[in-house]
Amino acid sequence: MLLEQTLAQIKEKFPDPVLETTEFAGEQILHVKGQDILIVLATLKANGFNFLADLTAIDNLTLGGYERFAVSYHLLCHKTAERLTVKAYVPEEKPSLPSVESLWKTADWQEREVFDLFGIIFEGHPNLIRIMNPDDYEGHPLKKDYPRLGRKERGDFPVIDRGIQKQKPSK
Amino acid sequence: MKHVIDQPLETDRMVLNYGPHHPATHGTLRIIMELEGETVTKVTPEIGFLHSGFEKLGEDLNFNQYITITDRMNYLSPLCNNVAYALAAEKLMNLEVSKRTEYIRVLMCELSRIADHLLNVGMLAVDLGAMTAFLYGFRVREDIYDLFEKATGTRLTTSYTLVGGLMRDIPEGFEKAVLKVLDEVDKAANDIETLLNKNRIWHDRTKNIGIISKEDAISYGISGPMARASGIDWDIRVNEPYSSYQDFDFDVAIALNGDVFDRYLVRMEEIRQSIKICRQSLDKMPTGEVIIDPNLGLSLPPKDEVYNSIEGLIYHFEITMPHRGMTPPVGEAYVPTESPNGELGYYIVSDGKCTPYRVRTRPPSLINYSIFSKLIEGHMLSDAPAILGSLNIIAGELDR
Repeated sequence: MLLEQTLAQIKEKFPDPVLETTEFAGEQILHVKGQDILIVLATLKANGFNFLADLTAIDNLTLGGYERFAVSYHLLCHKTAERLTVKAYVPEEKPSLPSVESLWKTADWQEREVFDLFGIIFEGHPNLIRIMNPDDYEGHPLKKDYPRLGRKERGDFPVIDRGIQKQKPSK
Repeated sequence: MKHVIDQPLETDRMVLNYGPHHPATHGTLRIIMELEGETVTKVTPEIGFLHSGFEKLGEDLNFNQYITITDRMNYLSPLCNNVAYALAAEKLMNLEVSKRTEYIRVLMCELSRIADHLLNVGMLAVDLGAMTAFLYGFRVREDIYDLFEKATGTRLTTSYTLVGGLMRDIPEGFEKAVLKVLDEVDKAANDIETLLNKNRIWHDRTKNIGIISKEDAISYGISGPMARASGIDWDIRVNEPYSSYQDFDFDVAIALNGDVFDRYLVRMEEIRQSIKICRQSLDKMPTGEVIIDPNLGLSLPPKDEVYNSIEGLIYHFEITMPHRGMTPPVGEAYVPTESPNGELGYYIVSDGKCTPYRVRTRPPSLINYSIFSKLIEGHMLSDAPAILGSLNIIAGELDR
């Protein structure tokens, strides 16, 4: 009930940011433009979807979609036990969208994870650094154009010099 | 003359490294703590030491192969992970499993919940210096693992579910063995509660430590026993029932203070409720197959047929060979389940091929851990193991 009302209200209120709504396996999915995600989620939160269950991203390289990346937000309403997926589309050239950390603190670490693994920039995030990979890591592993079988041969990796190799054997 | 003792004690700011290899961190976590004397002023958790790219790996494995990866995430309750993943894949493919499958899945999930909670409560007690409670819990946990071995063949990496059913039915005499173990669990839970519930030291170490308010719990996305200890009346088993949980009669344990002690109480009560669910599921266990009709082409054939008939073997190859086998429609499915740590969700996106396009785990450990730095600030250093222990962090799931 709440879900239908809210979706209708969102579509009416934001005709420009909302691209479409789809349904698959009984789940409603709201597709929106990335730059307008904050205002859409703030409205949804005010309407009762109080819990951000999950935040992740999908690389649409071969799947197809409005843009290259989709950031998906899984919202939950504790009162009516209804769930809604919101997908925000982000272009390849400028992969950035506003951070929702101001609405839910849980977005802090989850946005860091998406940044780490997909390279999507969240504007306004207080501390957008890598979380899973080391800070000096190059590349974003969950992108579809990142190879699954590793980047180089073992021998190409730099050898960490611990001072032991420097000692020449005495003759 | 001024006495030395009258002067305020000068303390410097000290930076302390806690982990990555510290016995009280339960896995490879690193916490950088800034201390003023013994008071923690700032905490920077650093994770990712166990990051193994499970989500990337999922894009290369077919739907049944990925079940073996889910074992390695939360390795204290692998069966809950197996069930959660199978449910997500089944939702994507629109499969309906038999009632018997669902009841066995419930039984296995609840046994894992008991084992997980017993270990968590035990480890919390060990970190605070109470060895006995840990040993009481660990002994019956061993019996539960023997049950898993009987049913699945292994103790840790169970891989019990398949998409569309179970790997095999429960063995003969399993009901009797489960009932016997449940009685032991009941006794052990009594023993642990007798030791801890009215223990003055336990109260001093756990009460009013690491309080999570209701608003914070919602803002930080806290779920499961931790959210219920903060007074949030939300249990996915009751509010959004999956796998026939609506058939079972049990209570949701809720506490109001949200401190370490309340989290312990909620977990102990959940053990008792899980015992109730296990008994009901054995009482009402329906008869029937534990895998959907193999002729649909959406599940692996039963192992007996594979080993004992040529048709079964051919069919098994048809399903498991690369670029063959079950193909779901293009779409996506998110299934939340109530794991011992909290909301464990699998989000599968499919592009219509026989490997998933994207597999995402909603890791309760990661999301519950994000509140840690807020909880510990202002507490003493010795409270860090208590708070960390009550969050129940599993590094395999935290880093994936």
